[in-house]
Amino acid sequence: MSDKDIDEHSGVDTTGHEWDGIKELNNPLPRWWVIVFYITIIWSVVYWVLMPSWPGITGYLKGTRNHSERENVTVQMAALDAERAESTQRLIAAPSLEAIESDPALHQFAMAAGASLFGDNCATCHGAGGQGFKGYPNLNDDAWLWGGSLDQIKHTITVGRRSLHPETTNTLMMAYGRDGLLTRDQINDLVDYVSFISGQAEETEAATRAAPLFASQCASCHGADGTGDQIQGAPNLTDAIWLFGGDRATLYETLWNGRAGVMPAWDERLSEEEIIALSVYVHSLGGGE
Amino acid sequence: MLGKHEFLEKHGLLLTVGILVVVAIGGAVEIAPLFYLESTVEEVDGVRPYSPLELAGRNVYVREGCYVCHSQQIRPLRDEVERYGHYSLAAESMYDHPFQWGSKRTGPDLARVGGKYSDEWHRQHMVSPRSLVPESIMPPYAFLEKRELDYSQVEAWLKANRAVGVPYTDEMIENAALDLRTQVDPFSDNYDAFVARYPKAQIRNFDGNDRQITEMDALIAYMQMLGTLVDFDTYEAEENYR
Amino acid sequence: MLMKTVKDKGRKLVNQQLTNKNDTGADIMVIAAILGIGAIFSLYVAARAVDPMMEVHALVFLGAFLIGAFALVSHVSSSKEAPQGAYETGVVKAGVFASMFWGVAGFLVGVIIAFQLAFPDLLYFEGAPWTNFGRLRPLHTSAVIFAFGGNVLIATSFYVVQRTCRARLAGGLAPWFVFWGYQLFIVIAATGYLMGVTQSKEYAEPEWYADLWLTIVWVVYLLVFLGTIWKRKEPHIYVANWFYLSFIVTIAMLHIVNNLAVPVSLTGSKSYSLFAGVQDALTQWWYGHNAVGFFLTTGFLAIMYYFIPKRVNRPVYSYRLSIVHFWSLIFIYIWAGPHHLHYTALPEWAQTLGMTFSVMLLMPSWGGMINGLMTLSGAWDKLRTDPVLRIMVVSLAFYGMSTFEGSLMSVRAVNSLSHYTDWTIGHVHAGALGWVSYISFGALYCLATWLWNRKSLYSNALVEWHFWISTMGIVLYISSMWVAGITQGLMWRAYNEFGFLEHSFVETVEAMHIPFIIRATGGTMFLIGALIMAYNIWRTARGDVRTGEKSLMDESSSQAARPVPAE
Ligand code: HEC
Ligand code: HEC
Ligand code: HEC
Ligand code: HEM
Ligand code: HEM
Ligand SMILES: [Ca+2]
Ligand SMILES: [Ca+2]
Ligand SMILES: [Cu+2]
Repeated sequence: MSDKDIDEHSGVDTTGHEWDGIKELNNPLPRWWVIVFYITIIWSVVYWVLMPSWPGITGYLKGTRNHSERENVTVQMAALDAERAESTQRLIAAPSLEAIESDPALHQFAMAAGASLFGDNCATCHGAGGQGFKGYPNLNDDAWLWGGSLDQIKHTITVGRRSLHPETTNTLMMAYGRDGLLTRDQINDLVDYVSFISGQAEETEAATRAAPLFASQCASCHGADGTGDQIQGAPNLTDAIWLFGGDRATLYETLWNGRAGVMPAWDERLSEEEIIALSVYVHSLGGGE
Repeated sequence: MLGKHEFLEKHGLLLTVGILVVVAIGGAVEIAPLFYLESTVEEVDGVRPYSPLELAGRNVYVREGCYVCHSQQIRPLRDEVERYGHYSLAAESMYDHPFQWGSKRTGPDLARVGGKYSDEWHRQHMVSPRSLVPESIMPPYAFLEKRELDYSQVEAWLKANRAVGVPYTDEMIENAALDLRTQVDPFSDNYDAFVARYPKAQIRNFDGNDRQITEMDALIAYMQMLGTLVDFDTYEAEENYR
Repeated sequence: MLMKTVKDKGRKLVNQQLTNKNDTGADIMVIAAILGIGAIFSLYVAARAVDPMMEVHALVFLGAFLIGAFALVSHVSSSKEAPQGAYETGVVKAGVFASMFWGVAGFLVGVIIAFQLAFPDLLYFEGAPWTNFGRLRPLHTSAVIFAFGGNVLIATSFYVVQRTCRARLAGGLAPWFVFWGYQLFIVIAATGYLMGVTQSKEYAEPEWYADLWLTIVWVVYLLVFLGTIWKRKEPHIYVANWFYLSFIVTIAMLHIVNNLAVPVSLTGSKSYSLFAGVQDALTQWWYGHNAVGFFLTTGFLAIMYYFIPKRVNRPVYSYRLSIVHFWSLIFIYIWAGPHHLHYTALPEWAQTLGMTFSVMLLMPSWGGMINGLMTLSGAWDKLRTDPVLRIMVVSLAFYGMSTFEGSLMSVRAVNSLSHYTDWTIGHVHAGALGWVSYISFGALYCLATWLWNRKSLYSNALVEWHFWISTMGIVLYISSMWVAGITQGLMWRAYNEFGFLEHSFVETVEAMHIPFIIRATGGTMFLIGALIMAYNIWRTARGDVRTGEKSLMDESSSQAARPVPAE
């Protein structure tokens, strides 16, 4: 730097260069800036000593704290399990699921667990309030495909329905039209018949015509009077509560294409006590038998 | 110091080289060890290359950019482990070219969504998310079930993956198209050979339409296997605290 | 010694081959070769494409190369003498318009996707997969970062390097090749996303052939920039050019390594990335974080280092600070990538490095802010009268804020809450709207008067409008995202009295509805501001002055009066 070029305003000298009219002042580094920078560096060095940090050829610095987030969460979950051990133990050991409901403290515990699990695992199919969607049963009402006792509910959750679980039930509603088991006319008649027994329509000629057909084709599952069979998961057709829908078009579609809703099995994702808690929760939704 | 710096300021090429050296260090020190340190990828049983149909599904997942809303990476934090399951291992994405861990959860994590829902639920959810989850803000993907899957390149997909290190065997590559068709056809003669090549592969008609193999078939096949491969019974958790 | 001979040789070479097109025509030959080979190759690919997307893209490439060839031929045959001794401003002017165009386009897509998340039923169209959020979001991020930001960087770097080196841009037609080559890359990338051509690697989504093309363009860009530096009449390289140079060089390195991939077929669009899983993750975020560091920070700091001192007509505050913060910034930035992978399957030792380096990064980042703000000492009063300056100063404030926030979010405990949530989105846009866009707006306003030699902008009142509408938009955007993000993070980890998760995931989606609406509103305001700006710049370029407005300051004087260098 040759002669000093002093900036008039600040009294600080410039570096003596100029680019397109821009000059630079020779101000020192701001002290606070340097200090904070050093502090962050020192903090980092300390951190490297404590925590896993620098990699080498065969391994890495483990750090004096021997810290592992994986270990932390495992320990945390184990502690949580231990904390809840008493309650979960009692859930599993309960002589019957009904006994849980009659023990207020335990019931409250099961409900809290069940509500939590329901939100992320079941609500996507059965709705946030358990109200269901087309094809996904309402869990609030008294109509049950597979039975609404605590044990039946627990069984449904554990092995699912038409799921991949080896013990699941696989009965299904055949595709009478698509697979050529019945003719279009016959199906139309049956639609009339179902509309009639569910109390949605007057008895028509077609309905009368279909009665024997129903007895031969459908009664084996839905029962002679059409009130269903929970062992096979065949719905009650007389209560006007529909899984898929009771309008003519949907009924026709049901008969033509068949139905086979799948409820996944949860025994691999959820623990025994979680399934029990869910059963109690579902049972309490309003429709429990 | 300033004097030395003046030298750089006068020599553009040197400045360029200086910059390159300075910016190369950090990456080299952080990335290179991931390739040679044995502790980086856990030893686990069960992880295998994607079956051809799953790979096709993954291509659809990549094409649609699902990663912008969904992560595939469960962190070792209590709430995540409770909500989504076991924290993700590096081994679980060791054949993922590219990785799809994501950085934003507009929708839930999908690392272990496999087996959580039925195929039909997935189909319906992809076609119209809000018909099942009224609060959902996920886009509809109805076109996937109408589009026939184009797998004319399936052998080349496997070969390209082999070129980047996925252990596809010659046999897998030769049978790629057949295996792809097998996975949607439980009655195929190739069933046993296919399952031997891709253990735990799920075989069924995923989109409920048995007249054609659609992009929906592939995507659901991919989603249904996510997070299902690792055998956690034989996994040594403590060995892999790091 | 060696360096000196190399440099002298280099300087001679550049002087001969790149500047004096009439002497050697090397630039024309190289460009012609690229266009010719490119055209043949695209024709081949178009004919044998294995997927329709590749066919479309090959045709786009072919068309672009043919138009380029035509333009080249007509340029040569018109044999216009290059105006020797003058600065090359045409390509910078084009860059100003391109920046405005892509800026508005990118903001518009941002507004669209913001509304999609707020009102999904209205803005998704079943029959049009390309309107889905998954395809439009990368369109938005690439449009704003690479198309808008990239054009601002290229245009300003071409302007600044000439002025501060007192030399005409090197390479004859090469700068124009860079400009149009870059636009071609943008078009390929953008149409690719809409058609579903993507690697789904965040911020590196374009497929292998677009990546390759960008590499070619980028290398030419580097050569033009270095060539101009070699030609300089000033003994020293100005600090802004160090920043530009580190941006260009580092982006080249990051781009090439992160995009290594094996194409399925040379005539197909799909490829598989070379790395997998955890290695791919770190490579990607080494890239992604430093796209922030070198594209969105270093490059824009270069803009700051020229436009702020120039605008206020004051010397840069501290030469020493610029040296120290430059080298510490570029050294430390590279290490911070793992903060995007906290708590993942990335080994914890790498996370620790990412976190500590991010904290150490704070002061080097603030060095730039200090140097910019302190440059104003003695000229603070101009903030009141000059809205353009105000925009640039506010950008520094946002820069300081978002880097502080970034360092905070890099701390693992904080990141456990913020990661995966809209807090990150808030942070991004504090940086992207407040810092990146604002410093760009300031530079573009300056360039509008300086390039077209206007006494003042068409309207300063419109700049005021722009400033206030956009600033309020930013505030709405980032505050709603903080609320959204922290709510989300807290809801995800909330437990009921028995220690079970309190909220299902969808409940947290529902809770985002109102913040999403506010964000979309803020974004719309930001877009309106940008439209006002585009109008203002357009009228300024045309030479109009809004009736009834008298110029508040003589913006052009300092530029017009500069002597033009002799070659
Ligand atoms: C993939 C969607 C899906 C998910 C997730 C799901 N379910 Fe189901 N669930 C169904 C379907 C479909 C049925 C009806 C099966 C049928 O049609 O027979 C069903 C049936 C049931 C039934 C029997 C209803 C009756 O009327 O007998 C109960 C109880 C039940 N689910 C509870 C649950 C619980 C608790 C969970 C969460 C752990 C859950 N479900 C998750 C789809 C699902
Ligand atoms: C093999 C047993 C079986 C036979 C035979 C059978 N069904 Fe079903 N049906 C079922 C089952 C199981 C379901 C429920 C499917 C589900 O839950 O997804 C069902 C469902 C239905 C439904 C839908 C109810 C609703 O709530 O939406 C109707 C309607 C119906 N059956 C009518 C008939 C008629 C009419 C026949 C005779 C042609 C018939 N079914 C024969 C098993 C049977
Ligand atoms: C706009 C953001 C967005 C995009 C893009 C998106 N999703 Fe989603 N996704 C969501 C949201 C929000 C939910 C939660 C509500 C719901 O279940 O619909 C969800 C839920 C899901 C679920 C259910 C997860 C669970 O455990 O409940 C699956 C599976 C899924 N998405 C798959 C996909 C796939 C595959 C793609 C790409 C083809 C995709 N999503 C694209 C937002 C998105
Ligand atoms: C009108 C102004 C803008 C609006 C309305 C807007 C809106 C959005 C929206 C809705 C998202 C998706 C967020 C999500 O997935 O939840 C997003 C992401 C993003 N935007 Fe913008 N944006 C705007 C401007 C910008 C600008 C100017 C930039 C950069 C210069 C930018 C950079 C980004 C980036 C990098 C992301 C991805 C963030 C991440 O993945 O973490 N945006 N924007
Ligand atoms: C000291 C400087 C900075 C640090 C340490 C920093 C740190 C961080 C952190 C910790 C995240 C969140 C990662 C996650 O949890 O997923 C993040 C995200 C992000 N930051 Fe910064 N930040 C800094 C400055 C900036 C600036 C100036 C910008 C300018 C636009 C910016 C743009 C982004 C973007 C785009 C993302 C989103 C990445 C993604 O898609 O996930 N950052 N940053
Ligand atoms: Ca992101
Ligand atoms: Ca790419
Ligand atoms: Cu970062």
